[in-house]
Amino acid sequence: MASEKSVMLLDFWVSPFGQRARIALAEKGVEYEYKEENLRDKSELLLKSNPIHKKIPVLIHDGKPVCESLIIVQYIDEAWSDKAPLLPSDPYQRAQARFWADFVDKKVFECGGKLWKLKGEEQEAAKKEMIEILQILEAQLGDKKYFGGDIFGFVDVAFVPFTSWFYSYEKCANFSVEEVAPKIVQWAKRCMERESVEKTLSDPKKVYEFVCYLKKRFGIE
Amino acid sequence: MVASEAVRLFGMWASPAVRRVEWALKLKGIEYEYIEEDLSNKSSSLLEFNPINKQVPVLLHNGNPIVESLVILEYIDETWKDNPILPVEPLERAKARFWATFVDVKCREESRKAFFMEGEEKEKAIENLQVQLKALDEELEGKKFFSGDHIGYTDLAVGWMAFWLGVAEETAGFKANYDVKFPNFSRWMKHFLAEPVIKDNLPPREKTVEFFRAFKQLGSCTKVNQK
Repeated sequence: MASEKSVMLLDFWVSPFGQRARIALAEKGVEYEYKEENLRDKSELLLKSNPIHKKIPVLIHDGKPVCESLIIVQYIDEAWSDKAPLLPSDPYQRAQARFWADFVDKKVFECGGKLWKLKGEEQEAAKKEMIEILQILEAQLGDKKYFGGDIFGFVDVAFVPFTSWFYSYEKCANFSVEEVAPKIVQWAKRCMERESVEKTLSDPKKVYEFVCYLKKRFGIE
Repeated sequence: MVASEAVRLFGMWASPAVRRVEWALKLKGIEYEYIEEDLSNKSSSLLEFNPINKQVPVLLHNGNPIVESLVILEYIDETWKDNPILPVEPLERAKARFWATFVDVKCREESRKAFFMEGEEKEKAIENLQVQLKALDEELEGKKFFSGDHIGYTDLAVGWMAFWLGVAEETAGFKANYDVKFPNFSRWMKHFLAEPVIKDNLPPREKTVEFFRAFKQLGSCTKVNQK
């Protein structure tokens, strides 16, 4: 029952939030035990480790749980601080990184959800909103290699899992991310050259299958 | 080391998020210039420094803007290292951030619903708020403050509930019942509000009640221009 490894991640395969944690662990070269949760039948361990939100991901390090994906990523960065820093050392740059990670957190997933849940005018409005979000992020990225500059960092980790959802957003709402935010698409390709990202992100077609499954389950068509 | 003109804070007198930043600045003994914003007529400076959210608070340090109150708190802690407000140990830091996010996102959401809505939706929000208060109450078991013996990041983050929740209750006609049901939380509120840095940096209660009363009358469609 006890794991050989002192790090365990309770997660769900397609969750972009779980993928943030996986990417951060991979960047740091931390070995861990991955536990796939059935979100319709959550394990005792998950419910005990995250009694407030009952959500994945949960990182359990030496028996102690850490919840909320961006908090987990910061924890990973601080607990394994000897390698691959995800946040810059300058306080102002760190504040900028936290702001943009928070921006991604508040905007991308919720707006993305509207794209496949809604129809007609409401979907159009959500599409406009998503295009605006992508263009704001693109402006922030500019001509940098990563959001973190030359270093693959906190904002990159926060945002990159959503890139495998672009295909689903495009299919559901009929637009092209490449057309509206080409630099974001290039940035996503550069991120995919990193093993941590390439091994973690879900295949966009599989994400779309999952979205279709959700639509059916929630009676959306 | 840091000249007072190097630190400026754009705020609004009734905003809990702004006070949160002021409490942190005062705890650290940082001098700053305060600029009151009229949120119905935002200054070009505010819009320049916070073009994305266009909200207060905005901290300006050596000309660099930092926005989002919890981000500002971490910036303050990392820049002025005396009287640290965040713990040192990564797990404790993660816990502090967890509770701060919990109150900022979840408790605030239910408080807003309890404040703006009526009928069943209001009742449901009050119920949810009480579940959240129970969690906070349990977290405070055996502790004077969330951060231990002294106030810290989590207390500053939860702080709005010590004062503004009461204001919301009075103006919107509901009771979260913390004094009866959540004794640890109720005790924390008293200690928190008695801290000199907090006590001397709260908006006048009557004026705040009037403000929120008028705010509620504007209706549930109004977005709160504070973060």
